[in-house]
Amino acid sequence: MSGEKLAQRSYYGKALADLAEIDPNVVVLDADLAGSTKTSSFEKVAPERFVEVGIAEANMIGIAAGLAASGKTAFASTFGVFASGRCWEQIRMAVAYPNLNVKVVATHCGLSVGPDGATHQALEDIAIMRALPNMTVVVPCDAHEAYAATIALAKTNGPAYMRMGRSEFPVIKPADCTFTIGKADVVREGTDVSIIACGQMVQTSLEAAEMLAAEGINAEVINMATIKPLDGEAIKATASKTGAVVTVEEHSVIGGLGSAVAEYLSENLPTPMGRIGTKDTFGESGEAEELLVKYGLAKEDIVAKAKEIIKLKS
Amino acid sequence: MAELGIDELQNIANKLRLDVIEMTTAAGSGHPGGSLSAADAIAALYFRVMNIDPADPYKEDRDRFVLSKGHAAPILYAALAERGYFPTEELITLRKIGSRLQGHPSYREVPGVEVTTGSLGQGLSMACGIALAGKLDKKDYRVYCLLGDGELQEGQNWEAAMFARAKGLNNMTVLVDRNKLQICGNTEEVLALDPLPEKFRAFGWNVTIVDGHNIRQIIEACFKASQAKKGPSVIILNTVKGKGVSFMENNVGFHGRSCKPDEYEKAVEELKAVIR
Repeated sequence: MSGEKLAQRSYYGKALADLAEIDPNVVVLDADLAGSTKTSSFEKVAPERFVEVGIAEANMIGIAAGLAASGKTAFASTFGVFASGRCWEQIRMAVAYPNLNVKVVATHCGLSVGPDGATHQALEDIAIMRALPNMTVVVPCDAHEAYAATIALAKTNGPAYMRMGRSEFPVIKPADCTFTIGKADVVREGTDVSIIACGQMVQTSLEAAEMLAAEGINAEVINMATIKPLDGEAIKATASKTGAVVTVEEHSVIGGLGSAVAEYLSENLPTPMGRIGTKDTFGESGEAEELLVKYGLAKEDIVAKAKEIIKLKS
Repeated sequence: MAELGIDELQNIANKLRLDVIEMTTAAGSGHPGGSLSAADAIAALYFRVMNIDPADPYKEDRDRFVLSKGHAAPILYAALAERGYFPTEELITLRKIGSRLQGHPSYREVPGVEVTTGSLGQGLSMACGIALAGKLDKKDYRVYCLLGDGELQEGQNWEAAMFARAKGLNNMTVLVDRNKLQICGNTEEVLALDPLPEKFRAFGWNVTIVDGHNIRQIIEACFKASQAKKGPSVIILNTVKGKGVSFMENNVGFHGRSCKPDEYEKAVEELKAVIR
């Protein structure tokens, strides 16, 4: 199974369809993108609990809040730029502050959206979502983890934001993996440098670790699939072991995973570190692979950054 | 609760007004103008129209109320307290640190507060969600939602208006407090809302226009809305901002400030004169 290319959103759709069978309280909302976000898989099996709101994301969040206030578990999906940005303040007041059971699940996040360009490439969503009190922020590393995380979120009361990409990419996790909110996992053990990554970048980080191994550098790779609440213990454990940390995310270096790890380390265990992500810039049109290279998110960039940070070890 | 007559309801509305003056003056801030304009509708809803039980504030089949114009929190808190949801003595803690009575209503922090509001333009969407849940669960509760008129400048309301009609949410009654004043002046000068009834009609809503200070008309309009087979219903309440206190009426200055000591004395005197 490992190495097979799958789209996270397809497995989100599968999870919703399975939830339709096991949890009568689950309702799913979408804003004219059900075919893309794959909430259409839920609509097929539970049309009466599927709510098409049209192209009206702000209204979707308010409706989701009303449904949650009436005891429903509401999943609301659209593309990441809209899910996080268009209705941020609606999420803030209607969902996060009252601590309602609404899961905002975003697809098409990051540069790998590709040809649609900067308007559609969410690169700030982790930052603005994790700033909200009560909000859980989850970024699964592959399709199987996206499935497990969806099930885990449905079983956990309270607001959450889950972020996924658009494209198919290799799976790391087994099909029957489980997901624990707030727990990071070591996907490759190492001693010289810690690469802490989320989403699709976990796979890229594993490839970078292989390149480093060829040069005699033994990298540890951590899948930080929950950005909030952050697994500080896992960060402390790996940072104290390797003494050098590199974060990798398909998101701006401002406010995302890298910032969260930097905040934690600077307050708890100051450690030389570097961040890989987009550098205070918008993306552009292009193929996913081309964009990841152009914006400094290729495995070669991770290798270079790891070597740079290792040199800072005292 | 025994059914109250119109005179009794009118008396309660004025008591709620007095509560609003007491609360906002004690707080030294708040929004009395839009609370006073809504007092009669709130009295009608909480003391006559809605199926609610203060002893069991979240019973499953209760009617739900959404105060989309969340800045009118004082009138909602006054109604909840006078109806028995919490002690009236607590009202003067409004806006004070540690109080449950937040400046804008916070979900279930006070028993009977069904959603969080305060940022304008969102309550109607939440009401749609609650109404939709009622349909899904085959419950026959109704959702009441009070909108400010200025608030209708927020586009999200019209997303929700479209949605409510498309999904056939006839279990929802929306009331618009049409006092024609917003912070910067007359609504028609700030950003014209008229013809407002036609806007709702164009969205497929049942529209009734009443004197928002005539409790009999409000109750009758609510009854008519509850009988509607098709579509959601809106009742446009023609109101006077600051209603019930002479110098506050149609005075936009009292949108977002409380009474000074001399104003307080006069307001209390005027309201006490009409309360039995």
